[in-house]
This record gives sequence, structure tokens and C-alpha cells, in this order.
Amino acid sequence: MRSATAASESSPGLGVVFDNAEKRFGSLVALRRFSLEFSPGEFVVLVGPNGSGKTTLLRMAALLSRPSAGQVRVKNDDGATGAAIKSHIGVVGHSTMLYDELTAGENLRFFARLYNLRDAAQRAAEALEPAGLASRTGDLVRTFSRGMRQRLAIARALLASPLLLLLDEPAAGLDREGVGWLASTLAELKSRGATIVMSLHGQSEIGALATRAIAIHAGSIFADSKVEGTAQSVIELEAGISSPVQPNEAKRNLA
Amino acid sequence: MNAPRAALTILAKEIRAEFRSFELLTSTLVFVLVVVFVFSFAFDPTAAESRRFGPGLLWIALLFAGSLMLQPSFSRERVNDTLGGLRLAPIPPYAILAGKLLANFVFLILVEAALLPVFGVLYNIPLAGVAAPLAVVMLMGTLGVAAIGTVFSAVASHARMRELLLPLLLLPALTPVLIASTEATAGLLADPPELQTTWLVVLAAFDIIFLTATWLFGEYLLEE
Repeated sequence: MRSATAASESSPGLGVVFDNAEKRFGSLVALRRFSLEFSPGEFVVLVGPNGSGKTTLLRMAALLSRPSAGQVRVKNDDGATGAAIKSHIGVVGHSTMLYDELTAGENLRFFARLYNLRDAAQRAAEALEPAGLASRTGDLVRTFSRGMRQRLAIARALLASPLLLLLDEPAAGLDREGVGWLASTLAELKSRGATIVMSLHGQSEIGALATRAIAIHAGSIFADSKVEGTAQSVIELEAGISSPVQPNEAKRNLA
Repeated sequence: MNAPRAALTILAKEIRAEFRSFELLTSTLVFVLVVVFVFSFAFDPTAAESRRFGPGLLWIALLFAGSLMLQPSFSRERVNDTLGGLRLAPIPPYAILAGKLLANFVFLILVEAALLPVFGVLYNIPLAGVAAPLAVVMLMGTLGVAAIGTVFSAVASHARMRELLLPLLLLPALTPVLIASTEATAGLLADPPELQTTWLVVLAAFDIIFLTATWLFGEYLLEE
């Protein structure tokens, strides 16, 4: 798949720096003040119960949500930050970010044009093929099942060959075959050096790709540890039965 | 991608989506036609009364139509967080607003193009002789409605009571456009017709102010 394989063939992944960042929604503190860095090429898995702040963290990393305090920067090796590198960020969110009233092909061609990709039609076709949606190119998204929408949302995020891929529970709604496709795509992106950060709930096939796992609980970074390339490490961390790094220790690890 | 191309890409998407369902155009057109019909039958105005009250009625109907049509402009983008998708794209935020504004402008103009002949017949006002200057007034007034409406649609889409909030924000803010457009239209429908350039200047100034504000504050209007 061109969109995935082309990623970072000549460039390393992007890094993300959270510097004393905090996010509040009115009186609710969604993420307590924290500092964190995702290094280029890392595959980070965020685990934690619903409402712990994983989605908020991912949206801040995507520059979709400004921190209420502190700073969030996405940077490349040249130190470029902000809008200049937005074209290298791919996001799969809770919502599909797709237009129901457009066809699958129209959706991808529309976003390909916004990303200034050459030959938008061809890029869209190439993205639909591995997602298993080539035969449904001309069908309205509103006629798609949940899993098909998710596949299309992933294809949209991969369209511009992202150097930073942020995924919020990307396996939600996918069948076994879809999870396999996602895992192989992420493995390929990882091998090319793209930075991948994703929230996950017990998907062993995908969790096994992670190099680092971060546990978030009630808006705080609860644990941050290297994982051994096995899903078990991630699952144990999620279940809270591994030996989690306590907040102070996590801070030391990050320093 | 530069802002004009991004805005045109978004405009093309809006038109494609609307022309697939005609949901917005149909409901808005039916609404304005009903308003114009109801007033016509309720007051049964003479030709002189039509010339006097017609322009105000026409623009009030268009303002209500505008508030109906502009409501989904941004709230629709929240359904699947497509606004997030647009904000992620490497385009200036004001390009998103400009694309939406252009789409709203085109849709309102289409509604007006269908409404005006019906209005002329129902109120016995010949419009053919003043078609060109009337088109200028309609275009300038509609640009004002679309500019302000798009900005407030973006603002209201963040609110929980967005359906109620938009008309509450929009109608007072559009009062200067309503007055200038009504006066300019009244001049054209008078006997003899007269193009009142003062009101056109007011409309132009209003359009420029709101287009500039859209350009300057686009990023903040779209923020979460």
C-alpha cells in the first residue's frame, strides 16, 4: 500500500513534546499537568479505563485541542513545529471524520486534495485497495457498516503517508481480518520509522508491536514503561498487574 | 495547499453533497415560498403597497431562510467530527470558513433566483426592468448574510442549544444588512426606480468588515 509504505522512506517519524501540559473542560480536569515526550519512531500504546484521558491526550498530540496550560509541540529533526508539519500527521479518532453523504472514493479524493497530494484519484484508489473497499468505492459511506467505516477512516489517515500516526482505539468495529490488516499496516509503518501512538483495549495482535506503554488513570500518567514486544506486557499494564512505575518514578524515567 | 484552492475544494464538496440530497435547498425554498405566499394572501396588497412593503418582506423572508440554511453548515460537520478532519488538513483555518461561506452564498443565491420571479408575480412588481441592479443588491446583501451567518454558525456549533442560539445571534447582527438591503431594494422597486448607492456602500462596508473578521479570527472560531 503506497500510503503506508511511502511513509518516512526518506524522513524519520515526528516527535511530540508535552511540556507541563494540562487540559480542562470547564471545572473538569481531563488531564492533570504532565510532561511527556514521544520520540521519533516510537510505537506507544496508551492504556487506561474509559474516561481516563487517552482521547484528550491524542487530540492534543494531533494539535486538534489546545492545552489549557503548558505546551504541546509536534516536531521533526529540523525543529520545525506547528502547522508546517500538519501534513505529516494522520489521525484515526473515535469518530470517522468521514462524510456520510459522499462515497468512499469521494471522501478520500477530497482529503487527498486538501493534503495537496498529486493524483488524488489514484492515491484514493490505492488507499481503498488494501482496506478491502475497492469494490465499494462508489458507494455512499452512509451505507457502510461500522467496520467498513473504520477501515475507511484508517485509509483516510494513511492517505498522506503520515510520519506521526495517532489512533484512538483503531480496532473498534473491525473483524478479525480487519485487525490483521491494521496490524500488518502498522508493522510496516513502524519498520519505516513512523511514530505511532495509539490507545488500545486488549488487542494482542496490535499490542505486540508496541515499544512503550503508558497507563493513564483519572487524567494522570500512572505508569510509563518499555514493553518487550509482546502483547502480554501491554495487557498486564492495562490490567494494572504489572509493576507500574509510580508517578514520581515515571517523572524520573522521563527526565 | 493555498487558501483559495482549499476553499474551492471545500465549496465543491459542499455542492456535491447538497446536490445529492437537495435537503437544504428544498426545505429552505419551500419555507421562503410559504412565507411569501402567506403574506400575499393575508394582506392582498395593492401595487403601491407591494412596492412599499415588498422589499422588507422579501429580505425578512430571506433572513429567516438564511438562519434555517446556515444552521447545519457547521453542526453537520460535528456528526462524524469531519470538522476535526478539516482542521487536521494542512490548510489555513480561514480557508475552511471561506469554503463554507462560499457554499452558503451559492445556496442562498439559488434560493433567491427561484424566489424572485414568484415574488414578482404574487406582488405584481415587474422585476425585469431592474434585473441587473437588483442582482447587484441581492448579491451584496446575500454576501453579508452568508458571511455573518457562517461565522455565527461556527460559533453556535460549539453550544449545546445551537438550534436556538444561531437565530438569537444572527438576527440582531444582520439588522444593518437587513436595513441596507431593504432600502436599496425599495429604491429599485420604486416608481421610477432608483439605485441608491449610499446603501450599496453600507452593504459593501459591512461585507468587507465581516470578511476581514473571518480571515483574522478563523482559527479561534474553529477551535474546540
